[in-house]
Amino acid sequence: MTITSVPLPAEAPQAAPAQNLAAPDIAALGLRESATFDRATIADIQRAAATGVYDIRGWGAKRKVPHFDDLLFLGASMSRYPLEGYREKCDTDVVLGDRHATRPLHLQTPVTIAGMSFGALSANAKEALGRGASEVGTSTTTGDGGMTPEERGQSKHLVYQYLPSRYGMNPDDLRKADAIEIVLGQGAKPGGGGMLLGQKITERVAGMRTLPVGIDQRSASRHPDWTGPDDLEIKIGELREITDWKTPIYVKIGASRPYYDTALAVKSGADVVVLDGMQGGTAATQQVFIENVGIPTLAAIPQAVQALQELGVHRTVQLIVSGGIRTGADVAKAMALGADAVAIGTAALIALGDNDPRYAAEYSALGSAAGFYDDFQDGRDPAGITTQDPELSGRLDPVAAGHRLANYLRVLTMEAQTIARACGKSHLRNLEPEDLVALTIETSAMARVPLAGTSWIPGVQGSF
Amino acid sequence: MVTLTAPEAPAVDVLKETTVDLAASTVRELNQAIHNAEDGQAWTVTNPGGKHSLAVGINAGIAVTIDGHAGYYAAGMHQKGDVTINGNAGVGLAENIMSGTVHVRGDASQSAAATGHGGLVVIDGNAGARCGISMKGVDIVVGGNIGHMSAFMAQAGRLVVCGDAGDALGDSIYEARIYVKGTVASLGADCIEKPLREEHLTELAELLAAAGRTDNPAHFKRYGSARNLYHFSVHNSTSY
Ligand SMILES: Cc1cc2nc3c(=O)[nH]c(=O)nc-3n(C[C@H](O)[C@H](O)[C@H](O)COP(=O)(O)O)c2cc1C
Repeated sequence: MTITSVPLPAEAPQAAPAQNLAAPDIAALGLRESATFDRATIADIQRAAATGVYDIRGWGAKRKVPHFDDLLFLGASMSRYPLEGYREKCDTDVVLGDRHATRPLHLQTPVTIAGMSFGALSANAKEALGRGASEVGTSTTTGDGGMTPEERGQSKHLVYQYLPSRYGMNPDDLRKADAIEIVLGQGAKPGGGGMLLGQKITERVAGMRTLPVGIDQRSASRHPDWTGPDDLEIKIGELREITDWKTPIYVKIGASRPYYDTALAVKSGADVVVLDGMQGGTAATQQVFIENVGIPTLAAIPQAVQALQELGVHRTVQLIVSGGIRTGADVAKAMALGADAVAIGTAALIALGDNDPRYAAEYSALGSAAGFYDDFQDGRDPAGITTQDPELSGRLDPVAAGHRLANYLRVLTMEAQTIARACGKSHLRNLEPEDLVALTIETSAMARVPLAGTSWIPGVQGSF
Repeated sequence: MVTLTAPEAPAVDVLKETTVDLAASTVRELNQAIHNAEDGQAWTVTNPGGKHSLAVGINAGIAVTIDGHAGYYAAGMHQKGDVTINGNAGVGLAENIMSGTVHVRGDASQSAAATGHGGLVVIDGNAGARCGISMKGVDIVVGGNIGHMSAFMAQAGRLVVCGDAGDALGDSIYEARIYVKGTVASLGADCIEKPLREEHLTELAELLAAAGRTDNPAHFKRYGSARNLYHFSVHNSTSY
């Protein structure tokens, strides 16, 4: 299948990103950068000393943590038969929420769009996410700030988040939702609430959240009317009663103790568990939180799958994994480890046009560069995505951006299929841990698949 | 199907009352029946036995009377009509109420009217902790006392307390207004006492009347936001 890409109009010349001193010069001068106090760390200290405020930013963890890159697939060979790459069927659809709900979601691809709030994102960006997702038959998700008509209108499958803040929460939208996602946490900040800085609070955003224009909006870290799994069970019961048991109910957790959290979500009656690892994106969180709280996506998946398997509900209660999904290989690896579907946030924004080099000059004026821009909290996004400024958000054409996202989603799906066929699987869901090996000892221990070329899984089986 | 002690009332017959006995019917049957109800109908629920999620998501102009105690989330996400509970209510009474009225003759547990966007919640007895937490426009009138952390992050609406308030009242409050007749154990961050002006006496009189109360508005004090924490600043770090 050929994909025709929708090229970005080249309005601005492509400028080179901001450069540090080039490596050869450093070497020539005999300068040695400290591994402990590297340039970014020094800049952080200088910034803190100058402002007296901790750094709040968007994006997810930027430090390197064990990730899908350190896993490889074992393609079929003598003992396994591959499927013919371009001819034999490899299905990709997934049903979500059929444990208790009478109206489960049936998606054409297991790559879904994660919850990102209107407020953090412009209305055009939300609409584009809905358009892109609908074009390929997958779901998109509201966020902290309620459901916009643009988003509902353009989204075939819309998941409605139920967050501690309950901004804009109302029973009409609840009944319009195709699924309800109770948010306990986010991978970028398990245990943290939210913050939308005043500069992004326009009249419309403020109105949807019942707060004055222009003030900082804090989102609580705990739900106002329940605490703990016993209460959650009753809360889920209430939401099911209100929606007459039609609507699937997801529970989203930030990865910290996924084994216990998954088990408790199942016990509370969730139809679907959404597990977000520490690399997961955010609209605005303290950098110290993003980089130091939570565990990597890779380490979280096997724990959640173990809980589902021990309770006998793996595949009955579906698992959606997010946090650093970028390629079809990541999709395939998450699924091989036991996920039923994945969700993307950051990558979806990039597909819409985030960090586009054609805005290089403007990123530079903001003290950033294309490929580095993470000041989602500021509301000055040149690409018109993480902003409420009408001039900036007007730059994002929701139709064209929606097509770009749809293209990207198709690529992810086809890439995952390519790998699945090579492993002899006629459905993405059939990928399994047995198809994987790890490149490093720590990845092997976390993912619970053997170190490549050995039968050793540290802490599980064999010895080196 | 719902076990009915009287034949189904025609929609037009406002006087006809349908009784659902929860000793014989399930909560699911009750809620499905009232979701299918038509404006003007009256429903009575007997033997509620403290069950959870009673009369949630009502979206028609009906009157529901619960004869006995209700568990968690009674009248949750209430949108239209009136619910009366002749007993006590558990956690999250009328949570996220949009409009209409919910009236509890006894006491309510914690998080009463949490995140309510509109409507009126009347509690004749006491309310537990976190009454009106994160309220977004609802009016709440409590005949007795309220527990700690009430009106936490309260955004809009009015909370009237005819008894005493517990610790940390109105912590991190936004634009909601609080009226307390008795004592306040302590005020939370950014919540201060404010002058009770003519317009406040008027709105308080209206709220008390709507709740069927005879307290004198002049005996209340008003509390609200000092608006000092509306913008995050390092200099406020000791306030939280
Ligand atoms: C701009 C932005 C806004 C977000 N808003 C929310 C939100 O309102 N609620 C939520 O549960 N997660 C939110 N998230 C997190 C995503 O739902 C998701 O967990 C995360 O982005 C997945 O990781 P990835 O970005 O690496 O794909 C947000 C993420 C971003 C980038």
